[in-house]
Amino acid sequence: MLEFSILFPSVLNGLTTGAVYALIALGLTLIYGVLHIINFAHGAALMIALYGVYFLHLTLGLDPYVSLPVMVPAMFVLGYGLQRLVIGRASHGKDENILLVTLGLAMVMENLALFLWRSDTRTVETPYTFSTVNIAGAMIAVPKLAAFAGALVAAAVLLVLVSRTDLGRAIRAIAKERQGAKLVGIDVEHVFAMSFGIGLACLGAAACFLLPAYYVNPLVGNGFILIAFTIVVLGGMGSFAGALAGGLIIGVVESVGGLWLGESLGQIGIFLIFIVVLLFRPQGLFGART
Amino acid sequence: MKELVAICAFAAAVALLPLVVNSGFVLNLVIMTLYATLLGQAWNILAGFGGQFSFGHAVFFGTGAYAAAVLQVRFGWNAWAALAAAVVLGGAVGAFIGALSFRYGLRGSYFALVTLAFAEVFRVLANTFDFTGAGVGLMIPLGTSAADFQFASSAGFLYVILGFTLAAFGVTLWLKHSRYGAWLQAVRDNEESAAALGVDVFRVKLGAIMISAALMAAGGVFYVQYFHYIDPHIAYGPAVSVEALLAPIVGGMGTSFGPLLGAVVLHALGEFTRNLMGDAPGVSLVIYGAVLVAMVTFLPRGIIGAFAARRPARRVPRA
Repeated sequence: MLEFSILFPSVLNGLTTGAVYALIALGLTLIYGVLHIINFAHGAALMIALYGVYFLHLTLGLDPYVSLPVMVPAMFVLGYGLQRLVIGRASHGKDENILLVTLGLAMVMENLALFLWRSDTRTVETPYTFSTVNIAGAMIAVPKLAAFAGALVAAAVLLVLVSRTDLGRAIRAIAKERQGAKLVGIDVEHVFAMSFGIGLACLGAAACFLLPAYYVNPLVGNGFILIAFTIVVLGGMGSFAGALAGGLIIGVVESVGGLWLGESLGQIGIFLIFIVVLLFRPQGLFGART
Repeated sequence: MKELVAICAFAAAVALLPLVVNSGFVLNLVIMTLYATLLGQAWNILAGFGGQFSFGHAVFFGTGAYAAAVLQVRFGWNAWAALAAAVVLGGAVGAFIGALSFRYGLRGSYFALVTLAFAEVFRVLANTFDFTGAGVGLMIPLGTSAADFQFASSAGFLYVILGFTLAAFGVTLWLKHSRYGAWLQAVRDNEESAAALGVDVFRVKLGAIMISAALMAAGGVFYVQYFHYIDPHIAYGPAVSVEALLAPIVGGMGTSFGPLLGAVVLHALGEFTRNLMGDAPGVSLVIYGAVLVAMVTFLPRGIIGAFAARRPARRVPRA
């Protein structure tokens, strides 16, 4: 068995990564809960957001954390536009069509990035990239700690938005009963696009928290997309609390699994969880059986 | 009957091509188009006729490719015997994934996701074990005799891939005119109604995924023999899964000629952009992605669906 002194830092590291996963998955689960869309372009959109943060740093010298007020609204606008102009028009009322359209969008985004910026992996240098803090004997990188805190704050803001505002009430109404929401005068198309926009805005925030400790290249989103799907399925499609808990669980599983099985085979734990949950408990750990 | 004639005419035209054309470029283009047709046809059988959208068809492709490569390299099997084993193994993997997914009632988006996850699991496994060459991949020994599934000229490969493609065409014709095909299409159109009428939904879907997987595995074997090399990313990466679904969606799902038409259009488009933009990375895939979005938005029934006149429904003949 592994010793506590190795296991403890690994769990802490997993929790910090898991919080960012949770933020990414929150966007995905919001989109799923309202629109019943599985957004295949989620990873590609995260990649776009990471490039946004990178270029803001490169050209204007903006610190990734300072980019937050730029990237969050920018990603929101991208999401709103995509849903209104592309995805909404293509659905024809069939889930499969939406799946295919978001897949097509992901291909366009990824390969456009490959064409424009080549496949080079890029990183951002900040004064705090390599600094660490000591938590009960475990050395944790400062950017990861900041990401953990930032992701939790962003998740809290999202929860307040959905539970306390008029928009949030409209979103929940549509998620529960689309026809009824339309009948009481909610502009369904607008709320759809708002939900998609907020879902991508989560990615804008996630990108700002990720980049100081991470990298960006055109295919970086692929690494996140199945993880985000796994979290959403694990937590129950459309459940916010489930996405948060699922994100932290998956972060820890990945970190400890990598310690146990090695870098390459360690990833397999996540996919196996995904398959097992899909097969035996598709409503998720926290979702109610429908 | 009309379709059978069309397929025969098509086969004859392709078979005569090497006698007329000597250009390696043209023959390669035709081979790759037929190869894309085969992958598309495999996907089409499950999704177009059966309504089950897989996003991880690479899992069957990669299994076929690796089975052939491992049996030849590690066990010294003859290439044709390895082909047979690979096709059977591909079908078995299809049966395994199908039995799990359909037994637990996974449909629509959930089925798409679970196939994608299986492809990733297989990719990680192939990337880990020395048995499959791990990250380095496997090289197939070069040969020049037809007994080794290797040919001195492109024409040999052309005939092989034509044979595979015709087999896939045969399956779609059979699906259109057999009782089993009618069951499968009934399940696609309305699973509950089909079950209420006494169709064994589980077994019908299982059959479709096995046939589809076996054809996909044959595509994987062809890839290995043609390019002499396979690695985890080529075998199980998302590119093959996407390639398999593009052609039928562009051409028309649930039709016999949709995948062929789609493959021809996509390859023509690919060559056109290559001439226009050079070999810039990503450009052709940007176009393919845009085509996918445009097709689903404006022509959800594909090119064939857009042109097909409304025909009266035909009676289903007895099996």
